[in-house]
Amino acid sequence: MTRAEDAFPARGVARRPLPRGSLRLWSVRHARGLNAVYRAAERALRAAHPLFARIGYQRLERPVAHVERAVKTALFDCRMCGQCLLSVSGMSCPMNCPKGLRNGPCGGVRDNGNCEVHAEMPCVWVKAYEGAQVMGTVPRLGEAQMAIDHRKAGRSAWLQAARGDAAP
Amino acid sequence: MLHPDDIGPVPWAPLRPLPGHVSRGRLERVLRRGEFAVTAEINPPDSADPDEIEHRIKPFEGWVDGINATDGSGAHCHMSSIAVSALLIRMGYSPVTQISCRDHNRIAIQGNVLGAAALGVANILCLTGDGVQAGDHPEAKPVFDLDSTSLLQIIRLMRDGGRFLSGRKITGPPQVFVGAAENPFAPPYDFRPIRLAKKVAAGAQFIQTQYCYDVPMMARFMARVRDLGLHERCFILAGCGPLASAKAAKWIRANVPGVHIPDAVIARMEGAKNQRAEGKRICIEIIQQLREMPGIAGVHLMAYKQEESISEIVHESGVLRGRIPWHRDLVARLQAVETQEA
Repeated sequence: MTRAEDAFPARGVARRPLPRGSLRLWSVRHARGLNAVYRAAERALRAAHPLFARIGYQRLERPVAHVERAVKTALFDCRMCGQCLLSVSGMSCPMNCPKGLRNGPCGGVRDNGNCEVHAEMPCVWVKAYEGAQVMGTVPRLGEAQMAIDHRKAGRSAWLQAARGDAAP
Repeated sequence: MLHPDDIGPVPWAPLRPLPGHVSRGRLERVLRRGEFAVTAEINPPDSADPDEIEHRIKPFEGWVDGINATDGSGAHCHMSSIAVSALLIRMGYSPVTQISCRDHNRIAIQGNVLGAAALGVANILCLTGDGVQAGDHPEAKPVFDLDSTSLLQIIRLMRDGGRFLSGRKITGPPQVFVGAAENPFAPPYDFRPIRLAKKVAAGAQFIQTQYCYDVPMMARFMARVRDLGLHERCFILAGCGPLASAKAAKWIRANVPGVHIPDAVIARMEGAKNQRAEGKRICIEIIQQLREMPGIAGVHLMAYKQEESISEIVHESGVLRGRIPWHRDLVARLQAVETQEA
């Protein structure tokens, strides 16, 4: 079956079966710690901006995106949308939603909290709500996200953070 | 009987503009006057014959303020919602055109919004849409370029900002009353009011909810909605519909995404001699309870394959309190009087 999330396949990674996402679920449970690591990493990236600028962001794009993909795919089943929402969505990657919803759950979530499309998969936004509670960032779930920019797919969100033009 | 603001020069023409209104349709006027509104839904035909639409809406005539034209509901292929809306307008009705994000990208959707408004559509309901797996073409490519929230933002930008998402100027902005759906009965329950607030902030002016079979759950949701003051920033129409039988109820619960039917309702259906009549009675009781719930501005009736029961449900529940929504006979009678006077 065609899946919307295949619009953002992790490049270079063979198409995996349905995301069981045990590590992804672990990441949501440890959202607070991961968020702290993320915040620290973001500060480090910002600090590294002059260095990155000297080397040239163009030149860094490929290797950094490569590392980012490896790390974030392992931890979050990241789809490299290039507009990372993890800090808003309780460390549950919204691009794993079969509808790619970035503003919250659809109305089809099952009574057990699983996805309408993949009955065996927990809804990413049910998990996002849990993650946001752990992180203490529930109010951020109320921030409306604009339509995604498909041109950014595959680009490094870390480098965008270093440049200071990143999303959240 | 009909409010003078709701009568246009001819049934299919847009109504005279009113201050504080974004659209020139009847539904917005009924709601802004504080009337308890009733909308109903038709599933567009699997046919190119316009008479089938007339046939389907006959049972609602004079009982509803708006008719939702669904957009490939349940991911099944039917006549397009915009074409159905245009045909309804031609007959004088006030359609609520549903636009789902499943089948079109942002370029097609913005074009459709302009086209629909040009054809006289005054109400648009923004939906994400059911996944393709639920429909008759599970092998189709799901688009989901936008979601309901970003679609709301875009239509508001088109209407109030006079621009496409790209920033390009629109010379005649679409004057549409914009709505969204909400499901208070699906997890994560505490997230639902936040999500509603998000939709309202994105531009939703009215809300139609998923089927309500659990009034206490709706009451808990509405309490939160009132705490957030959302009922003052949008009109909330609660979704209702009659269950045909206990078997059908179980099937819906198991197979239709997002419909929550409590065990007590199913038990009551199973215990009834005439299950169809019991389904209708349950629906009427729920509507009457919702009518009294603070913050509920109307009901949205979905009676799939039981369209003929809608007029009975509206009548027997007494929700309109004697008010008669627009219907064609009324227009004919008005015209007759006017000719006599002339």
